[in-house]
Amino acid sequence: MSKQALAGLKVLECCSMVAGPYCSKLLADLGADVIKVEEPDGDEARRRGPFLHDIPHPERSGLFLYLNTNKIGLTLDLAQNAGKQIFEQLVRDVDIVVEDKPPGKMQDLGLDYESLKCINPNLIMASITPFGQTGPYKDHKAYYINTFASGGECYLLPGGDEWRRNHDREPIKTGNYAGEVQCSIMAVAGILLAVYYRNASGCGQYVDISKQEALLNLNRVELARYPNQGFLENRMTRMLPVGGLFECSDGYAQIMPLEDHMWYKLVEFMGNPEWASDELFKDRASRTEHGERANALLEVWTKDQKVEDLYHGAQAEGCAVAPICSPEDILKSEQLKVRNFFAELDHPEAGRLSYPFTPYKLSHTPRQAKRPAPLLGEHNQEVYGQRLGFSKDDLIRLREAGVI
Amino acid sequence: MGVLNGLRVLDFSQVWAGPLCASSFGAMGAEVIKIESLKHLDFTRLVRTVSGDPRHMVISTLAKDTDIVNSSSVFNSCNMSKLGIRLNLSRSEAIDIARRLVKMSDVVIEAFRPGVMDRLGLGYPSLKEIKPDIIMTSISGMGSEGPEKGYATYASIFSALGGLAYLTGYRDGRPTEIRATMDQTVAMTAFFATLAALIHRQQTGEGQHIDLSARETITCLVGDAVMDYAMNRRVQTRKGNADDIMAPHGIYPCKGEDTWISIAIANEGEWEALCDVMGNPDWTRAEKFSDSLSRWHNQEDLDRLIGGWTVKYTDYEVMDILQKANIAAVPTFRADELVNDPHLDHRGGWVNVEHPVLGTLREITFPWRLSVAPPEHHSSPLLGEHEEYVYGTLLGMSASEIASLQEREIIY
Repeated sequence: MSKQALAGLKVLECCSMVAGPYCSKLLADLGADVIKVEEPDGDEARRRGPFLHDIPHPERSGLFLYLNTNKIGLTLDLAQNAGKQIFEQLVRDVDIVVEDKPPGKMQDLGLDYESLKCINPNLIMASITPFGQTGPYKDHKAYYINTFASGGECYLLPGGDEWRRNHDREPIKTGNYAGEVQCSIMAVAGILLAVYYRNASGCGQYVDISKQEALLNLNRVELARYPNQGFLENRMTRMLPVGGLFECSDGYAQIMPLEDHMWYKLVEFMGNPEWASDELFKDRASRTEHGERANALLEVWTKDQKVEDLYHGAQAEGCAVAPICSPEDILKSEQLKVRNFFAELDHPEAGRLSYPFTPYKLSHTPRQAKRPAPLLGEHNQEVYGQRLGFSKDDLIRLREAGVI
Repeated sequence: MGVLNGLRVLDFSQVWAGPLCASSFGAMGAEVIKIESLKHLDFTRLVRTVSGDPRHMVISTLAKDTDIVNSSSVFNSCNMSKLGIRLNLSRSEAIDIARRLVKMSDVVIEAFRPGVMDRLGLGYPSLKEIKPDIIMTSISGMGSEGPEKGYATYASIFSALGGLAYLTGYRDGRPTEIRATMDQTVAMTAFFATLAALIHRQQTGEGQHIDLSARETITCLVGDAVMDYAMNRRVQTRKGNADDIMAPHGIYPCKGEDTWISIAIANEGEWEALCDVMGNPDWTRAEKFSDSLSRWHNQEDLDRLIGGWTVKYTDYEVMDILQKANIAAVPTFRADELVNDPHLDHRGGWVNVEHPVLGTLREITFPWRLSVAPPEHHSSPLLGEHEEYVYGTLLGMSASEIASLQEREIIY
């Protein structure tokens, strides 16, 4: 097999739930050797659904399985002195530590960057927390809905037409854990910047990732409209003049005839209905002005259309249209199959499943789905025994003491 | 000094995703050269809005008016920390110049539809001939292969295809259009994948081509829902702000127009603390809220009652009161709150960027707080601002050569 982009890079992850684990999964999918360290009772994500056949089981959480592919797994109680010492031994031999404890917690454990740097001077350490390591909110508690609320986009959802239907209702977060995964993407870029710099200079460093800042960055263009243009965006102003979400006979479609040529193509695809030749819709400015009317007329037509026909038909003409895909549509997509977007992995408890894999293809260092998520403590024997040299008796004692 | 010092990036992309990816390289110390042309000007240079309101977007047709093309703050937000040159890629002489620039660059970023770079003579196989270790990052809606390659996509199109639109919305409502943050998510995925390729190049000397699909990027955000279908053939759908276990878990009204706070309770201790803070009203002792499962089943009633308490205070007041009691509560911050927020202020969450035409602009800081070298923020380039450096200093062209290329609309 060819080499992967991050082959040889060693990562120690002590994180739970989504943002930290997915960040180190991104490294693992690129070929890094990632050791996941879990508390003896396991990552919280193991207790979160979806579960295989809907029966809660720590080895059968779809969330955990998805977030932890390509890693090996250990259990370790960092609060015990013996656990701390083992962690320090592990740190000696890695390039990167990724952690997501509340600010100050690693320091309390004696495992903060300053301490670990003494053990491994070139270490890169990344902390992923809701508000970062400094500032008045650093100790604020935030679960994923709170984190997403802090990032600026939550206030703006749902926008446009859906707002019009629900204009007295509360803002909503994006589906599932999407905001947390976005934080992972920002965090992994920070880590790789540090790796690149270390390869060039030999120096490690500390990377302080604030989830709030990660999310604000994703919304940087919209947020800057307020200080720079004096315009405060809200859910109402997120209205597209023409186009948007439309109901079809068997689902919904997103239709975006933003540019003139797309509008004309769409009109052609509709079979040149009489209303579309109205002066009101002749150019962009006029359509913008009479957008509500254009959309209402469009939806009369879309309600009789099948989503897939509309999608491929309009796209063939060059108009930006998409089905609103459900998870089922995604798993059945021909396009994604041809791209080999899914990886098939066998897991001893969950069986053989299709996993969404990397959205990018690297021509010379192709991705490899090497292993499914680790069972709880699956690699204790291998790592503590073979790599660190603990004897069988040591391991029994450590297990009895609840250290591993 | 930035962590990417010494690296040169050529940015052929326009609009949002590609430019934001290239901009991140610039912020971290790389020299990024954005290639533009009056022949095909970046859309965001031309966008004008009435007082910034995107509903009233007007696209200027006065592309040659430099006052117009150099005064878009949206363009600035997408293109900070880059150099800019004009190069009219519809001319073969311009392609030769582009290839000379590739020879002295490390990374090429492009976001045309698949096949366009090849038609221009700038596809990966030919760039590799010029510069064997070049890293080329191609961003497209669908990726470069498959029956749907080349389909037209905007942010809301790939959020629809990716599954996020389907899963976002009120329980009883329609799917939700998601826009701006989608481009940035794609941009950042392209950024980290390119960094991985650069790290591989550091180790082996080998470059490569990266083929990124925007719709796949978005599906990765909701992988757990896809897993549910793979495992159980269940089609997850919209849940509003609800969590599968936690309740209360929602967004509640506060004092002031369109002001809200998110609150989430994960265990009995937090629930009791919340009841205490609210003054233990009778309803908190009702049977239907007596344990976490009961609260989950009765969350609509619960949300209404909690909203009746939160609405007496501003969002910041609720955050302060609840956080003091160790309860997760954070406002759904608006831009006007974020601009003045004490926490962001303390961390330098916004920076001032001096723009030669627009004056001082406020921008969100890049989030990579590296202890060795934090990000740098420079304004976006004026159209053709750095031609003297790029064509003169880097490519060694004489003033008369440059003038001739300008006259013949190759530098145009």
